[in-house]
Amino acid sequence: MIPRPTWNAWKVWRRNWDVFFKTYRVNFLPPFIEPVLYLLAIGYGLGMFVGEIEGIPYVLYIAPALLAISMMNSSFFECTYSSFVRMYYQKMFDAMVSTPLSIEDVIAGELLWGATRSFIYATAMLVVLVAFGVVSLPTSLLVIPFSFLAGLLFAGIAMCFTAITPGIDTLNYPAFLFITPMFLFSGTFFPLSVLPGPLQVFALAVLPLAQVVTVTRSLTLASLSPLFLYSLAWIGAVTAVFFFLSIYLMQRRLVV
Amino acid sequence: MQPIIEARGLRKDFGALKAVDGISFSVMPGEVFGFLGPNGAGKTTTMRMIECVSPATAGMLTVFGIDVNRDAREIKRRLGVVPQETNLDPDFTCFENLVVYARYFGIPRAEARERAEELLSFVQLLEKRDVPIEKLSGGMKRRLILARALVNSPGLLVLDEPTIGLDPQARHLMWEKLKALQAAGNTIVLTTHYLEEAERLCNRLVIMDHGKILIEGTPAELVHQYAGEEVVEVDHTPEVVACLQEMGARYEVFGDMIEVFTDQPREVAKRLLSDCNPGRVFVRRGSLEDVFLSLTGRVLRL
Repeated sequence: MIPRPTWNAWKVWRRNWDVFFKTYRVNFLPPFIEPVLYLLAIGYGLGMFVGEIEGIPYVLYIAPALLAISMMNSSFFECTYSSFVRMYYQKMFDAMVSTPLSIEDVIAGELLWGATRSFIYATAMLVVLVAFGVVSLPTSLLVIPFSFLAGLLFAGIAMCFTAITPGIDTLNYPAFLFITPMFLFSGTFFPLSVLPGPLQVFALAVLPLAQVVTVTRSLTLASLSPLFLYSLAWIGAVTAVFFFLSIYLMQRRLVV
Repeated sequence: MQPIIEARGLRKDFGALKAVDGISFSVMPGEVFGFLGPNGAGKTTTMRMIECVSPATAGMLTVFGIDVNRDAREIKRRLGVVPQETNLDPDFTCFENLVVYARYFGIPRAEARERAEELLSFVQLLEKRDVPIEKLSGGMKRRLILARALVNSPGLLVLDEPTIGLDPQARHLMWEKLKALQAAGNTIVLTTHYLEEAERLCNRLVIMDHGKILIEGTPAELVHQYAGEEVVEVDHTPEVVACLQEMGARYEVFGDMIEVFTDQPREVAKRLLSDCNPGRVFVRRGSLEDVFLSLTGRVLRL
């Protein structure tokens, strides 16, 4: 019953990679411009009034959150809207499964590509953050490999929604009801400790972005959070579950 | 000689619907084998089972002597597929489409590029080599899909409605390409509801309806057996109907025309002219269309 993708998934990944670099000028703009805008407006602008959080200058506090949000958005939106377009409108998956590729290979390739997008965006953004001097080196370099794992987590969750959505419009539900609240309530722009107790527990138990923020912040501040290992293990386990679950759900949708 | 495809009691259910209801057929090497039938007859479902993308509900199906449930990857490696729906990769040019598709088969890059050039020239798209897919006409897209299906030098080509929606020029060009492939000894399975297409291309064909195979044979055999060499067409009037009933002839009413299937068309026409005040009477060659319509009826399928 457990899906068994093979290394052929690489060929699907490579197809998406080729398309991405065909249009790289458009694709590379957001990871460079977005953090600059956020750093200026929220980090320095709002930061003037906030001062410090837990003894850390506000701009340093939100820099890792910007990275984590970028990992989430780039992989989540790739494996929801973009994958859906490839599957439903472009009939890309149909074309691929007529070759020696299996549906497991195709979905695994899409997931790995979603993770790669997170990796590309986080790396580009890290360059900007280093230039602004708001992240510690060399520990922040570990964000680069971590962004792939975090990307794979969100890609798997996203692909589950893609597998069960009736149409492209209904993908707006997870985008607004899941991603947007998570963007605000995962210890991104203010610490979880200001939330009511039950909400804190909820965030730490089930919100993927809260775990990713914890790990990323530990790396960019070069100071280990007590939750670091918990969050890392959480991400590893949940990523594995959603990786296989999303492939299974896609098989159920597409193999008829 | 071992058949390329062999199906025994093949069945596919979608819930309560029996899309393919226990069909048996075999396709021999070098043959062009056609599936004809009205919409919803089960042709596409049969193709999808051969392509190993849709699992059968019951029955046996082997392609290249391999059971489809045993090694789908190996079968697909040796298969060329032209789907009914155009699913070219819109993010790439014609040339890139072929090269990227070749990569799915694990064909080395240099070989893939060479093969892509050859195939573009075969389907007469060499001057569209670097043009994005959206800039192609319908006929060009279908030809590019044919080229794409040939990228792995398949041992079997499966075409689902290869000329659907094409204008006559584009259709004839597609036929020309398929004829060339046939002459080169390729084994081809195709579905169509253009009867002229089936008559021109197929060595052997089956007519399907409601998931079952109604008849099987060469186009000439089927026309001979089910329509007769010639068909009499006559205006539909009560007098003519009375006459035909008196003669005991087999006929069908088609709007304001009646078609009479008989092995003595000239005699029938003569008697109609002399005795029945028929208006217009024609004698024409029987066609696969007559076979098709007499077997599957004239009722429009929705």
